[in-house]
Amino acid sequence: MTETSLYVIQQLINGLTIGSTYALIAIGYTMVYGIIGMINFAHGEIYMIGSYISFIVIAGLLGMGFISLPVILIVALIVAVVIASTYGWTIERVAYRPLRGSNRLIPLISAIGMSIFLQNYVALSQSSRDVALPPQITGGWTFGDPSVFEVSFSYMQLLIWSATLLVMVLLTLFISRSRMGRACRACSEDLGMTNLLGIDTNRIIALTFIVGAALAAIAGLLLGLYYGVVNPYIGFIAGLKAFTAAVLGGIGSIPGAMLGGLILGVTEAMTSAFFPSEYKDVVSFGLLVLILLFRPSGILGKPEVEKV
Amino acid sequence: MLRIDNVNTHYGPIQALHDVSVEVKQGEIVTLIGANGAGKTTLMMTICGDPQATSGTITFDGEQISGIPTNKIMQKGLAIVPEGRRVFGGMTVEENLSMGGYFRDKAEAAETIEHVLELFPRLRERYSQRAGTMSGGEQQMLAIGRAMMSKPRMILLDEPSLGLAPIIIQQIFDIIQKLRDEGVTIFLVEQNANQALRIADRGYVLEHGHVVLEGSGADLLVNEDVQKAYLGG
Ligand SMILES: Nc1ncnc2c1ncn2[C@@H]1O[C@H](COP(=O)(O)OP(=O)(O)OP(=O)(O)O)[C@@H](O)[C@H]1O
Ligand SMILES: [Mg+2]
Repeated sequence: MTETSLYVIQQLINGLTIGSTYALIAIGYTMVYGIIGMINFAHGEIYMIGSYISFIVIAGLLGMGFISLPVILIVALIVAVVIASTYGWTIERVAYRPLRGSNRLIPLISAIGMSIFLQNYVALSQSSRDVALPPQITGGWTFGDPSVFEVSFSYMQLLIWSATLLVMVLLTLFISRSRMGRACRACSEDLGMTNLLGIDTNRIIALTFIVGAALAAIAGLLLGLYYGVVNPYIGFIAGLKAFTAAVLGGIGSIPGAMLGGLILGVTEAMTSAFFPSEYKDVVSFGLLVLILLFRPSGILGKPEVEKV
Repeated sequence: MLRIDNVNTHYGPIQALHDVSVEVKQGEIVTLIGANGAGKTTLMMTICGDPQATSGTITFDGEQISGIPTNKIMQKGLAIVPEGRRVFGGMTVEENLSMGGYFRDKAEAAETIEHVLELFPRLRERYSQRAGTMSGGEQQMLAIGRAMMSKPRMILLDEPSLGLAPIIIQQIFDIIQKLRDEGVTIFLVEQNANQALRIADRGYVLEHGHVVLEGSGADLLVNEDVQKAYLGG
């Protein structure tokens, strides 16, 4: 194989890795939008908080002398998911629910305020500088001709791929089979009708915030381990990327968020393969503008029916 | 069973119901007729608390239901087949029905599903089909079946015959009578005044948000004003 094609394969692997985490975060945007027609701009901050909690737990357990990595990761996962979900639930309860039924812009402004608040709250309580964690999962496979170009696929990337795949399968089962998951779909089709069936839709809405936050926290753990650093501002850009992914796939559609995340990740990786890597954000957000202009319903979304 | 006392309902500054009083007794079929925009749907929805009445009281089985949240009202033995059916188009027949019995015990809900499928064999044939791909008549049957899933003592039906072929309309009216025979009290909104009054024990006429006439189904059928306005005679 030529150097270029090996390089493209490498970028594809990297792109799918980042793209899976975009997809995890994007699901939170898409589920909430699907039900209450609102963009939860504080969702990126939930991801950031998930990342911080994971770091604190991992560093803490290492400091206490734990050495079993799987145990450390599972504990970090559980703690991060529980705490991030609590944040997600609380934000909905205090900042969005009281505003429901008012003009659409008002919860949006509240969400932006919540996002700024969380960034500063973490910056003040944790310092605003980068926090680093030494790589926990090292090694991987390499293939290709070392004299031409060596493609590497790390264990960390494998973990991200498989964790994302597992989460997506579980989420799909939940949404299609479980009683509450079906109620989520009913709510996103017709919230008022779901209420008219005696279903407590406030609880279903709270549930979508919890599920979305849990997925963002998982992304926070995975990307935290992958990059090895966090700071209070990582939620902003990751949130925008995931939002772009959700719009690209069709906001409101869960398979769309999965697909959109992967496409966006690969697009970015390919862009940085052939252009200076600063261009990848330009391409991402350029893509967002293009979709909004020419196909606002995204790849898998239904054309917008005005929510009443 | 259902008492609506001097209810007023507003949409913002617009008043859609003016001092409406209606009563539906246990075991009755009561119909509400009126022109487009008279406020029929508004009355149905006000009973369900969506929108809430701005004044007046609604009681169901002696318990006041005005002022409490919609989902709580709908757990008290009341179900609605709303205007335009509002089935969940992306969900299958089975899923739609299970949403109707959401807050009930699983085994009991399964029994009711069986009963619904006996009443509507068409729904059994289409059990795994998405509701959005079904015909209007099938969707209407699904909407009725879904309402039955909560095992309500009373069902509100808002223009169930709208847009359906005469033969399907006849089926729907037969089902309504069957439901009554099973002990379900019926409150029925219809444009199809002729057929509705024929099966109704009593009826009310709503005009511009006011109840202007009430009487037995038979009396309203021969009433001159009703004939002129709603029966094309
Ligand atoms: N959501 C709403 N916001 C504002 N006004 C409304 C709303 N819904 C209904 N109205 C108004 O309230 C009045 C009564 O409407 P309603 O839908 O209850 O009439 P209806 O008797 O059911 O008519 P139809 O036979 O056409 O279904 C109408 O003037 C209508 O324009
Ligand atoms: Mg109506």
